[in-house]
Amino acid sequence: MRRAPRLIGLALALATLAAFSLAVRNTYYYTLVNQIGINIILVVGLNLLIGYAGQISLGHAAFFGLGAYASGILTATYQVDPWLALVAGLLLSGAVALLIGIPALKLKGYYLAMASLGFGIIVYIIFTQLSSLTGGPSGLIGIPSLKIAGHSLNSPQANFLVIWLTVTLILLLSLNIVDSRVGRALRAIHDSDIAAQAMGVNAPRLKLLIFVVSALYASLAGSLFAYASNFIAPSSFGVMFSIKLVTMVVVGGMASIWGSLFGAAVLTVLPEFLAFFHDYEIVIFGLILMLVMIFLPRGLVRGLLDLWEYRQWKQSGKS
Amino acid sequence: MEAVGKILNTAPQDPLLTLHHVSLSFGGLLAVKDVSFTVTVGQIKALIGPNGAGKTTLFNLITGILTPEQGAILFQGQPLQGMAPHAIAARGVSRTFQIVQLFNHMTALENVMVGRHVRTRAGLVAGGLRLPWTRREEAAIRDQADAWLAFVGLGGRGAERAANLPLGHQRLLEIARALATEPRLLLLDEPAAGLDPVETDRLMELIFAIRERGISILLVEHDMSLTMEVADDIVVLDYGSVIAEGPPREVQRNPAVIAAYLGTDWAQ
Repeated sequence: MRRAPRLIGLALALATLAAFSLAVRNTYYYTLVNQIGINIILVVGLNLLIGYAGQISLGHAAFFGLGAYASGILTATYQVDPWLALVAGLLLSGAVALLIGIPALKLKGYYLAMASLGFGIIVYIIFTQLSSLTGGPSGLIGIPSLKIAGHSLNSPQANFLVIWLTVTLILLLSLNIVDSRVGRALRAIHDSDIAAQAMGVNAPRLKLLIFVVSALYASLAGSLFAYASNFIAPSSFGVMFSIKLVTMVVVGGMASIWGSLFGAAVLTVLPEFLAFFHDYEIVIFGLILMLVMIFLPRGLVRGLLDLWEYRQWKQSGKS
Repeated sequence: MEAVGKILNTAPQDPLLTLHHVSLSFGGLLAVKDVSFTVTVGQIKALIGPNGAGKTTLFNLITGILTPEQGAILFQGQPLQGMAPHAIAARGVSRTFQIVQLFNHMTALENVMVGRHVRTRAGLVAGGLRLPWTRREEAAIRDQADAWLAFVGLGGRGAERAANLPLGHQRLLEIARALATEPRLLLLDEPAAGLDPVETDRLMELIFAIRERGISILLVEHDMSLTMEVADDIVVLDYGSVIAEGPPREVQRNPAVIAAYLGTDWAQ
């Protein structure tokens, strides 16, 4: 019964993409909008983990990096087909997530946060130190673009279509997951782990599964990022980026797929338009995270809506 | 009782759940001491005893949240101890909680739908792709959850947030959610706590209605009039040990029970 609105939404999304690519000529906007798309894939995946399964990860940039480096190294150094390298990245990230997830997800709260933070730092160090493979701190050059039917997608415009088609599919997939039996079980775990298990939900397995899924999303985003920019360096995959991603989840609203879209878009665009942002980036992101957590714990969109509804209610009460 | 036996294809006197010399200690303190009893098919059994006697601990042992150090817990002849809680639920044991454990951010209907989890199978990929069969399964889950809500008397309240329901309704919702897992044995942990007399009367009818469906019940309850009314058989725990077992009338007269509840002076 929710099929029809979903198809309409899909059609609308595709129409918007087509309109954008016809109307906009400036390459800079494509680069920016592509970055937004990549961040949306990351944030939606992270929100499945944080917002729905209730597991915090401060090392998500590591999986983004694994996807990017797997794709980058295989294509630039070993001339593997980009699509094949993307799949290889997914396999690697999925395997690492399984390996890390089995012990790490036994931890709760702060401990899990610390473990994921440590994992993020270790992977970052590997990217910097393993220079024979990764090119070290100065980065990896010569990554080819994706090819479709022999055509190289080497312009921001071409990448725009691939990235945003992927975003559309990821959104559709995620909305379906959240709405499904598994999504319901995840929300149940978030509210009461013990009751969910007593109702037959295999909570440890489900948490691991969603951790792997979020790692796969990140890896996919990483591969697309590598092909779109043709160059990657460790600085894109550090702990700071992990924290930015968490901020995007929180600003967009936990357990809200559409909110993630908003959070990723706003916090990707904001630094571009506010010059002072660059100097105080860490401070500003920290401040946003704190303020939203304290005053709008349900995220910016939902929080502002709540405030508005509350005002309406108060006014109607007075009259 | 005969009808019940036919449904389950077992005789009413067949043991459903058997505890064999079960013991558990928390850091040197024996919380459950050599406890043995049996719940038979179609039986309503009550577990009573003063606060701290080990009743909820026993529930946690049966449902796999805790594992006994000694003894065996058999369900339909198969051991339950060592199994994970979700696997025990799949075997047909479900429960409610003394301190209500609802999924507060979800609606009443969604809470009961989670109860269907263990009897349905749409996984991450099938659900993510919204395959046709998963949509049919979802529709069936919704219908069955609706039916269980109506069964416990919460028909029409499905769209409300679980957290916003009054306590009496929350307790009923926990029962509906547990029933949705299609248990053979339902463990009720103080279902009447916080209910007014009218609600308690309705609960009593509900307990009988559940048994009519062939589901056996193990009940922990402090409301003695309710317990005496509904239970076929009562097990009395004190300091983790069974001090008496039998039909309500016998247990009521048992000197050890009176001593445990009122002190030894009253028993003489």
